[in-house]
Amino acid sequence: MAEQIPPRERYRREPVAMKEQDPGERIHNFNEVPLGYSKEDAVYEAQRCLGCKTAPCVTGCPAEIKIPEFIELIVKEDFAGAYFKILETNSLPAVCGRVCPQETQCQGNCVFNKTGKPINIGKLERFVADYARNNNVRPQVAVAEKKNKRIAVVGSGPAGLTCAFDLAKNGYDVTVFEGLHRPGGVLVYGIPEFRLPKSIIDYEIEGIRSLGVKIVTDFVVGATRTLDELASEFDGVFVANGAGSPQFLGIPGENLNDVYSANEFLTRSNLMKAYLFPEYDTPIKTGNRIAVIGAGNVTMDAARTALRLGAGEVHVVYRRTRVESPARAEEIEHAEEEGVIFDWLTLPVRVLGDEKGNVTGMECIRMELGEPDASGRRKPVPVEGSNFVMECDQVIDAIGTQANPLVRAEGMKKNDRGYIIVDEESKATTRRGIFAGGDIARGSATVILAIGDAKKAAKAISATI
Amino acid sequence: MYKIERKIRFAEGLFGIWVEAPYVAERANAGQFVMIMTHEKGERVPLTMADYDREKGLIFLVFLVAGKTTAQLADMEQNEELYSLVGPLGKASEIENYGKVICVGGGTGIAAIYPIARALKDAGNQVLSIIGARNRDLIFMEDEVKKVSDRLIVTTDDGSYGAKGFVTDALKKILEEERVDRIWSVGPAIMMKNVALLTKNYGVKTLVSLNAIMIDATGMCGTCRVTVGDETKLTCVDGPEFDGHAVDWNEFMNRLTRYRSQERMAMERYRGGR
Repeated sequence: MAEQIPPRERYRREPVAMKEQDPGERIHNFNEVPLGYSKEDAVYEAQRCLGCKTAPCVTGCPAEIKIPEFIELIVKEDFAGAYFKILETNSLPAVCGRVCPQETQCQGNCVFNKTGKPINIGKLERFVADYARNNNVRPQVAVAEKKNKRIAVVGSGPAGLTCAFDLAKNGYDVTVFEGLHRPGGVLVYGIPEFRLPKSIIDYEIEGIRSLGVKIVTDFVVGATRTLDELASEFDGVFVANGAGSPQFLGIPGENLNDVYSANEFLTRSNLMKAYLFPEYDTPIKTGNRIAVIGAGNVTMDAARTALRLGAGEVHVVYRRTRVESPARAEEIEHAEEEGVIFDWLTLPVRVLGDEKGNVTGMECIRMELGEPDASGRRKPVPVEGSNFVMECDQVIDAIGTQANPLVRAEGMKKNDRGYIIVDEESKATTRRGIFAGGDIARGSATVILAIGDAKKAAKAISATI
Repeated sequence: MYKIERKIRFAEGLFGIWVEAPYVAERANAGQFVMIMTHEKGERVPLTMADYDREKGLIFLVFLVAGKTTAQLADMEQNEELYSLVGPLGKASEIENYGKVICVGGGTGIAAIYPIARALKDAGNQVLSIIGARNRDLIFMEDEVKKVSDRLIVTTDDGSYGAKGFVTDALKKILEEERVDRIWSVGPAIMMKNVALLTKNYGVKTLVSLNAIMIDATGMCGTCRVTVGDETKLTCVDGPEFDGHAVDWNEFMNRLTRYRSQERMAMERYRGGR
């Protein structure tokens, strides 16, 4: 068992960086980029934690993970214990340890930000979850007495899985309905293997199933059965079907053959494993010069996937600048290291093609930043007469997603953009017995915010149903 | 799950399968489709339902071997199970009593037109049906279609059965002589395009069922998008039926060719591997 170290030493010690695959190597494979902590790394990093009584880190975590406590267990080298501690509030630690924007959440609240050396909480969480998986530590979770109440969960993404887990712990009989042929939602169709290996998700889903949660795949709520039918069959429903509809710019030429939505491109590669074609049957195309439009995390995922699929040159085209980009800094850095070229202050106005539907280029206009707009960011304004044609043979629209209209129910109100209206605290919709969370209620956001919503809904369901 | 209860061989490379899918069968309606996967590494492929038996929980799918997935499907036998099947998807055909309607089915589209013709007949329409294929062997479900039609015309390209020529030839003859209230056309894209071009001259509203490439088929990926009038529509959730006079056929047909070379390669590998 490792020793606690004196506070002064905790201030002095440098954070432990996580090794990464070399960019030159990793653009030729789909293996994970960060390689994880060793036990020694984890303990050494964990020893830095001051274990603040006030735990500002926990305040910053929508999943309410007992952070100082699990870190203390790492110091004691009780890694299984640390895993169970995280599972008390979060069923997806291997996922969250990888894809959460810790810098604005737990780590962003760490007192060590004053010295510029916050504890690497995300990396520690990842270590603990990986340790459990690699050593086949099965979840040990206290389950309340069976309540004889049935809850339906629509969608098996992070929100759906979290709500199912929390409700199962509270003694509910939970059935999750998933439209695709495998569970995981955006975790399997959206996030690439090199950021979140699918085997990890499968393991965490197994853990959730081990609590008695039933997952029904190949079941599209809104098609196979309506939400109204589920609501009458079950004692309560949590809707978390995500904001999966793709957005296009609405410019001419967007229906040419080689224009993809990021959703299509990533779903082919991630869910259908087109990157392993022809071993897997689903094909995907990669051009010689690809323009990926947008600057969010999904944009980076699409650009980096394209590189790995063998694209000659990948450009990210964005109408604002790096500063205004919605993507995490880390994602942009990773993309840059791998050779993605960023064309800032560039707005596509038309995709050009030939009579067979092939993309031959993209007309763009240069932008400059003007006054701040409603989002507080400086508004991009076109520079008159600056139109030019960018050479490319494939375009990927990665400018965000919107609500899917398929799931609707009598009396369940949506806002003018199609998102379900919910009570901020309970996540109750305007229809009694139906709750909603994640992207379908808040608009496109992050995995962890979806998890936070699901936890609130599970609490409200447990209190009222 | 998704057990093949019965397999029917209509002709070389042309099959029908009754598949166990009770949830789908219970809610299936004319014009809707399902997505299937033959195995874990397979593609997700849309197939329009040719029939359904709500009591037995079965749906009927017809396919012509055209690529690897359909070749694999053809190689599956009774009692084998599909890896995945989901539905019913897409909007059902808008069935009303329009008066006199024509149902045109070409190739495997004969299968898809059957439940539409039946529903139209049940709704009180006078139903004229035209079914066509390249040759006599590829004409199937003729008796079924006949039973729900007031009149049936069969055409073959080579004249080996029924009238020689295309379905459009037979259709033109009727439109020249009779007033028709609405037309449905299901078949290969080029056939549907030609039907739509023809019927536009006569001002008869014509619905076509588009066989776009799809992945999730719930409105998520956008791969099945098609221009209808001035709007981009998703075939999976807004369709699969659209006003044939408003569809941008060139764009639609271009988009069907997107993966042609990969599809050929996959098929060759599959055939070579056996």
